[in-house]
This record gives sequence, structure tokens and C-alpha cells, in this order.
Amino acid sequence: MPNSPSDTPRRITVQRRGPLLVEGPVEVELEDGTTVSSDRFRVALCTCRRSRRYPWCDTSHRARSSGPDDGAASGG
Amino acid sequence: MEYDHEGPPLPSARGPLSAAVRDYLLSGGLLPPEEAVAAAPAYGDDLQLALYQCYELHYRGFAGVSPDREWDPDLLRLRAALEHRFLTALRADTDVHDSVADAVGDLLVEPVDGKGVTHFLRNEGELWHLREYAAQRSLYHLKEADPHAWVLPRLSGRAKAAMAAVEFDEYGGGRPDRVHARLFADLMGDLGLDTTYGRHLDAASAECLATVNLMSLFGLHRALRGALVGHFAAVEITSSPGSRRLAEAMRRTGAGPAAEHFYDEHVEADAVHEQVVRHEVIGGLLEQEPHLEPDVVFGIDATGHVEDRLAARLLGDWRAGRSSLRTPLPS
Repeated sequence: MPNSPSDTPRRITVQRRGPLLVEGPVEVELEDGTTVSSDRFRVALCTCRRSRRYPWCDTSHRARSSGPDDGAASGG
Repeated sequence: MEYDHEGPPLPSARGPLSAAVRDYLLSGGLLPPEEAVAAAPAYGDDLQLALYQCYELHYRGFAGVSPDREWDPDLLRLRAALEHRFLTALRADTDVHDSVADAVGDLLVEPVDGKGVTHFLRNEGELWHLREYAAQRSLYHLKEADPHAWVLPRLSGRAKAAMAAVEFDEYGGGRPDRVHARLFADLMGDLGLDTTYGRHLDAASAECLATVNLMSLFGLHRALRGALVGHFAAVEITSSPGSRRLAEAMRRTGAGPAAEHFYDEHVEADAVHEQVVRHEVIGGLLEQEPHLEPDVVFGIDATGHVEDRLAARLLGDWRAGRSSLRTPLPS
């Protein structure tokens, strides 16, 4: 069945380093067959597999270095 | 004259400037001359509270104060002098990067052995530290995303659409129970804190006031729209890993489910917001107004500057075993 003419392709933004950005809402089926969903306007899907909130990105892909500070605030 | 009956009470004065603003808001009279502003320490309690009082008129106002004071020419003249003193100090004291790419690049690197406030709270924070942290941060989080909404009319196209989308998410995506300010009030409830807007203003340090005054300063001035965008980017980029540490602190201390949820939500939301703000808001703004790049950099780095000052204050007090608050919290 073709999609209805009003359907536009869902955009997914790919980055070499960082999550896949998908227009929400999304439902993700995991390897064990369970599904999780998010109705955020855009969703960041983990591609580095290091996220502790997989399949959602938690910025664990970031480079790490020895440094003195954690910079600014939390909760934006 | 009409008065606001609702709204937070006026804070206690911390010196001649903040006392004069308080008196003026209550009963009129004379405001201090510009020389008095020039003589006050830029980051000190008195100047920061005087400025905070001026700015609060644009948010919720104060009980017993006329809402018309928001556009009172004499008060605006004093506010301009206070802002000039604060902004001049920020420009002089902030180490700025050469480009947005450099400034953002540094924020995107996570320290392995961080020594910041969120590291402290994750590793050794006790409930009383978390309560003090939440009480001070409530000055912003109970109006979370409000200072940034002011930039929307000053943006257009890609930057505007992306900024509005992130703000919509901050405001709960149309659901009042998911508004981030509401989620923070729920967190405060778990920590046994009074969730009334403005309740913890007297307790907050000058360093904390400066972090909120910075947002109001950038948000209220169209001329500083680049700095506001830079500030917002700095908050969103650093929030996700910091929120993860704070969620761990809340779990370890058994603070409660709403306290955990606030930071869990920010881990996930701000991982998205970071991407949108970097690529769409900053990218869109600089595509249209490339001359604003130094302002965006200043906004990023000035945010780091005031946050570093707050961190030094909090960690200095806590490592010495003292409260970081000016007035104790009810237990």
C-alpha cells in the first residue's frame, strides 16, 4: 500500500559522532522484543551503545579528559 | 495605585542599594544615584539583590508592589546602572574562547575526575547538601525556561523554530504536570522544602543570584540575544552529564522518586536539547547574523564564569562543614 499523499518522509539526522536524531514521537523495539516510546518533538537515539538509558542518548559518547571542573549548571 | 496581592514577599535588604529598591517598591521616594552603584562590588550581595528585585518585576512581581513598577522610568534608570556595573565586570573577568566551535568543543569534553558541584554531590553529598542545592537552584528552576522565552521574538527562521521547540519541551509539551518548573517543585517536595515561588530568595547567596541575573540580563535585552543563545547552549550542553550525577546523588541518599525523576528527565531531554541548540539555534542564528558569534561565545563563557563562582562558594562552604545559605532552612 502506498502511503497517503499527505505523508512526508520522517527525517533522521545522522552524525559521525553522536546520536541519531529522529522526529518524535517514536516507538523503539528492543532486541528482547519489548518496546519503549517517547513523544518528545525530537528523540536522540544512542549509537555508541554506552548509554545507561539505552536506546536514548545520555551523552555517554562524549570524549573524556582529565580536567578540573564540570562547568555549568544542570537541568536546562 | 493597584497592588499585586499575590506573588512572593520582597526580600530582606542586604545593603543600601537593595534597601533603597525595596523601600521604593513599597512606598516610593528616592532611588540611589549612579555613583552609589559604581561604588558597590559588582558580584556582591547588595548589588545582585537590587538587580534581582528589578528583574523580578518582569516575572511575577512582589506582593504589595504595583505591577506598574515594571516600567517605572526611575527604576529602569537605576536598573540600567546596575546592569552596566554587572556586565562590565562580566566582560572584564570572563576568559573568552576564540570561536563558538572552540567554546562548544571544550564543553563537550567530560572530565574523567571532575571536581565540580555535581561530582561532589554524587560522591559525598548528604541530604542537607542536596536541600541547600535545591533551595538555591529553585530561584531559577521555579521559573525554568522563562528567561529564555524572551529571545523568541528576536530570532527568526531555523533558530526561532528550534528554540520554540526546545522551550515547548521545557514547558511540558502542553502538559502542565510535565512543565519542568513543576517537576522541580515536586523534587523540592521530596526534599521537604517549601515549594512556594520566591520562598528561598533570602537564603540564596550572591553567587546564586548572579547566575539568575545573568539569564534575565541576556533575556531582556535584544542587543544581547547572541549571549542569551550562548548561555542557553552552555546550560543545555553541560546539563545532561551533570543531571546524571545529581540523579545518582538523589538515588543514593533516598531523596525520593520525584527528586530522581527531575534529573533523570533532564539527562534524556537535554541530550536532545543540546543537539538542537548547537545545530539549529546557534547554527541558524549565525547563518543569519554571523556578526553575533563573539556574543554567543561571551554568553557561553560568562555562564561558565558565574557558575564557577557559585561552585567555589558551595564547595568552599561544604568542605568547611558550613551551610552555603544566608538563612537556615526550616528542618
